[in-house]
Amino acid sequence: MRADIRRSAVIHASAERVWATLRDFNGHESWHPAVAVSMVEDGAPPDRVGAVRNFRLRGGARIREQLLALSDRRMTFAYCILEAPEPLRNYVATLRVRPITDTGGSFVEWRSCFDPPQAERERLTRFVRDDIIDAGLASLRALFEKGTRGVAALPPQAASTARPGASGIETHEIIIARYGGPEVLQPSRGHAPEPGPGEVRMRQTAVGVNFIDVYCRRGSFNLVPPGGVPGMEAAGVVESVGPGAAGVERGDRVAYACAPPGAYTTHRTMRADSLVRLPDSLGDVEAAGLLLKGMTAGFLLHDVARVAPGAVVVVYAAAGGVGQILARWAKALGATVIGVTSSEGKAEVARRAGCDVVVVSSREAVADAVMRATAGRGADVVFDAVGRETFEASVNALATRGHLVSFGQASGDVGLRSIDQLTSRSVTLSRPNYVHYTDDAEKVRAQSERLFAAIRSGAVLVPRPRTFALSEASLAHAELESRRTTGSLALIP
Amino acid sequence: MAKTYASAVIPAPASAVWAVVRDFNALPAWTPFVAESRIEQNRPPDQVGCIRNFRLKDGGRIREQLVALSDYEMSFEYAILESPMGVENYVSTFKLHPITDSGHVFAEWNAEFDAAPEREGELVRHIGTNVFAAGLAMLKARFSR
Repeated sequence: MRADIRRSAVIHASAERVWATLRDFNGHESWHPAVAVSMVEDGAPPDRVGAVRNFRLRGGARIREQLLALSDRRMTFAYCILEAPEPLRNYVATLRVRPITDTGGSFVEWRSCFDPPQAERERLTRFVRDDIIDAGLASLRALFEKGTRGVAALPPQAASTARPGASGIETHEIIIARYGGPEVLQPSRGHAPEPGPGEVRMRQTAVGVNFIDVYCRRGSFNLVPPGGVPGMEAAGVVESVGPGAAGVERGDRVAYACAPPGAYTTHRTMRADSLVRLPDSLGDVEAAGLLLKGMTAGFLLHDVARVAPGAVVVVYAAAGGVGQILARWAKALGATVIGVTSSEGKAEVARRAGCDVVVVSSREAVADAVMRATAGRGADVVFDAVGRETFEASVNALATRGHLVSFGQASGDVGLRSIDQLTSRSVTLSRPNYVHYTDDAEKVRAQSERLFAAIRSGAVLVPRPRTFALSEASLAHAELESRRTTGSLALIP
Repeated sequence: MAKTYASAVIPAPASAVWAVVRDFNALPAWTPFVAESRIEQNRPPDQVGCIRNFRLKDGGRIREQLVALSDYEMSFEYAILESPMGVENYVSTFKLHPITDSGHVFAEWNAEFDAAPEREGELVRHIGTNVFAAGLAMLKARFSR
């Protein structure tokens, strides 16, 4: 469905003055806080209908927009997007200025319509509404009220967290400049302080890339504010130990997979009790690619769903990072595993990961295929990290008293659903959050020991992640979101 | 063709203001110049095509026909069938626009009509000031309390 966003504001200046500013199609660089620099292509006058403005956002993205209509009599103009890094398809915007005759001020209305991909709808709607339209209107208002560009509406500076004068070391890090696509991940300089009581500082040698980082970057989770550093998982070497930090020594090989975010950096000062000491058999890159996903699979199979021998388990994205681990580990626990993948190529990966049956979701309806494979009984547990697109099919694939474990939303937030449909088969629904299974030292120790035991027994394999330089984080995210990937990704500082 | 226009910001949610003005028979309730009003043939006041027949406080009688009503756009249009003003082809539009940054509403009222050339200027002033601006001012006062 087409997104249709209308926003408006009252500006304390005459309609003629506001219109004189707005009608300059190339003038947005002087008043819109998101626009860094703009030019009209081919030297065309900016009020020539058909003119193309080519501009760069402060976040770095480049956009081309074409003037479609301009009316001085109606004080309105319309434009469309020709090129943008976001999928703002068929985007048309209209701005209109109206005089308020009883006060001498003006009313400005800004309307944007576009066709978002369903999975991106909420994020893009929020982006256009907040970062483009409302930020622009607020800045325009400030321009006429203070005679200056709306400082308050400027996005937070992509400042480093460096604290001049503090002891510690300077780091290279990746920040989320603002919520958005992979391009908002940008290199910056930060600071890792000397460890305080109970803390250590580690030099990181490998950083895990997970879907939760994508959710943080898009703003789906408000764990990382703009300007902050994402990342939940890394491995490295302890460089410096604070007072009272028990159980770790300088030179220890350690890893972590926990909140708070901040892993996309070269050095990090962390609470010592959130660290896991790595066994010699597990390399740093492998650990950074495995710890979070492996501990996730561990608590999903043992604490959330308690998968028993003979159970029928459905694993979505069975060729993905968590999916492959879930499939093999569930098989080792004695379950029958039905994997779901989006393509035939990934189906082969899922079969190698131990799936007894693989359903290619682009070819057949998942619920029907599961019912066929189970002689009409359905699955005992469905592990679904796809979210919005698969929720209904997941419920329909369950047996009586089955359990839907909805632990991710790669296709978009699950959104509002009726729970009435769960009654017809006494279905249980879980929405586990990783943080609540790993939020103290005891839980981290139990989860990591269970994972390392599963590695030793062969229930969990240790693949070599695909690696990218830390500075290529945006490339890694683009790759992860493309759904072309199988297995895990890691960044090398 | 003469045109006249007035507008104002009313400090209330659009839905509250719309609930008052969408009633085509409610002029006595929210304007200062109408004494009494009825809808001819007992039709509902939101039936497009209905005719309001009202008496001004100065005694003049006017008949106007509802030609468009949109709850989605929060707007309505009407045409004058009979009036003492000496206007022809008179069509007027009333429209509300929500102001998203304050939660208030922007109200616009305009008309287009034909009149004898020597009377046009006076009619534009009279309708713009004594009808539209006066009506909007009263609406604004009503919601400012």
